[in-house]
Amino acid sequence: MTMAGRASTVLGASVLALVSLAGALAQTPAAPTSGAAAFITSPPGATACLGCHGPEATALPSLARLSARDIETALAEFREDKREPTLMNRIAKGFTAEESKAIAEWLAAHAGKAP
Amino acid sequence: MISAPTRRHVLAGAAALAVTPMVRPASAQASARVVVIGGGFAGATCARKLHRAGLKVTLVEPSASYISCPFSNAVLGGLRELKDQTFTYEALVREGIALAPIEAKAIDGDARRVTLGDGASLPYDRLILAPGIDIRFDGLQGYDQAASEVLPHAWKAGPQTSLLRRQLEAMDDGGTVVISAPNNPFRCPPGPYERASLIAHYLKTHKPRSKVLILDAKDAFSKQSLFTAAWKELYGEMIEWVGLSAGGKVTEVDPGSKTFITEFGKHRADVGNVIPPQRAGAIAVTSGIADQTGWCPIDPVTFEARQHAGIHVIGDAAIAGGMPKSAFSANAQGKACAQAVTLMLRGEAPPSPKLINSCYSLVAPDYGISVAGVYQPAKGLLADVAGAGGVSAAKAPASVRAAEASYAEAWFKTITHDVFG
Repeated sequence: MTMAGRASTVLGASVLALVSLAGALAQTPAAPTSGAAAFITSPPGATACLGCHGPEATALPSLARLSARDIETALAEFREDKREPTLMNRIAKGFTAEESKAIAEWLAAHAGKAP
Repeated sequence: MISAPTRRHVLAGAAALAVTPMVRPASAQASARVVVIGGGFAGATCARKLHRAGLKVTLVEPSASYISCPFSNAVLGGLRELKDQTFTYEALVREGIALAPIEAKAIDGDARRVTLGDGASLPYDRLILAPGIDIRFDGLQGYDQAASEVLPHAWKAGPQTSLLRRQLEAMDDGGTVVISAPNNPFRCPPGPYERASLIAHYLKTHKPRSKVLILDAKDAFSKQSLFTAAWKELYGEMIEWVGLSAGGKVTEVDPGSKTFITEFGKHRADVGNVIPPQRAGAIAVTSGIADQTGWCPIDPVTFEARQHAGIHVIGDAAIAGGMPKSAFSANAQGKACAQAVTLMLRGEAPPSPKLINSCYSLVAPDYGISVAGVYQPAKGLLADVAGAGGVSAAKAPASVRAAEASYAEAWFKTITHDVFG
């Protein structure tokens, strides 16, 4: 969005209409990783995490401000019983290291943005 | 961020538009029409995601607001009010989802159209069916709509919840609350036992000579060992559970005398709660999307109904293999189904999903227990991923039970925000 705004400033008012048209196109399903619909390309399992871990912290932590590395490490520790769990060990054991990495990367990028 | 249009994209897009209709595929997808029937945890989740994907979404839901079953047992225990359970569709409408506030009467799967209560017709490219459950008023002798005004089911939150709470409040100390629990499958497998717990919490506080008797049509239930241990610890002998093989299956009720009749005898209740057999919401049955079980078989990758192409079933109405009929499952399925449907409308194959369920139950306000599972398609169903899932530790300090109780509340806040905005 900010990029679109910058483009219009650079190119001048004559292309404003085209810019907004392009912006509209970017929001269609043709844009597979659009921030507004990042769930479309989410790795298996990732979107379900947001049922408990919302954009804001509650008694349960938000994932929005964690790095991919932080999330991946936490999932690995729960998976390998190296961290004291209540529930997360039972979920983490359902995913391989590779799947967990993909989930961690996706969550780090999108957990705070209602993907 | 990745897709924010750069100057090059802008110009390329403009050029393409000016010269040839190369953008037509994108436009066609953007104008694809998806109708979602049912605005609960599954349907509302799916509608929001599909709308964000740029699809034209109509949500068919006759109720102006949704009253959440999760945490409604806390309303029965006097810990919450029904208004705290109530959510509207205002955020969805604000986002641009079209709301059809009327009942869906019929589905023509071949013509791909839904007939609404006023006779209007809604065409669709893909239909999402999320009608939840209906009570089977033909499923237990003596239990019909009128009987539910005396012996509430309270298995759809709302007036039934309020009625059962008023009955509990009016009951004298020393009374017996009888709960009949159905055989599987049914909405919220740990629900009857959480309900017994929070009613016992209320009684222990206000009417300590009273009893809760659970008559069960099965011999095992969700989180059973945790519930059983916690009942003894927190409520002594107040809660009694009678399973199938001990004569717990209720075969008939007599609302006039508030009597539960089993194969082994009769139990008179001061307050009676019948949790009756259930099936998929009526529209799934009348349209033939449910099979002879009363529930809807689905493809585990796309959630597309086995009974008809172009119709996807999510939430409690679906036969989701190992996944329980829970709000968390419904939310997770809503997202996975939206992903699959969006990709299918683009002509792409959806990836094999992994789904998660987690579900907290309160045994007391500061005593929570949980069950979790991870699921993936296997042999045409959503099957448990081996090695994952299970219930809270059998032995845990009070601090862990208190933590899980607070997580339950946090979950409710987060998921209802995710679903209803």
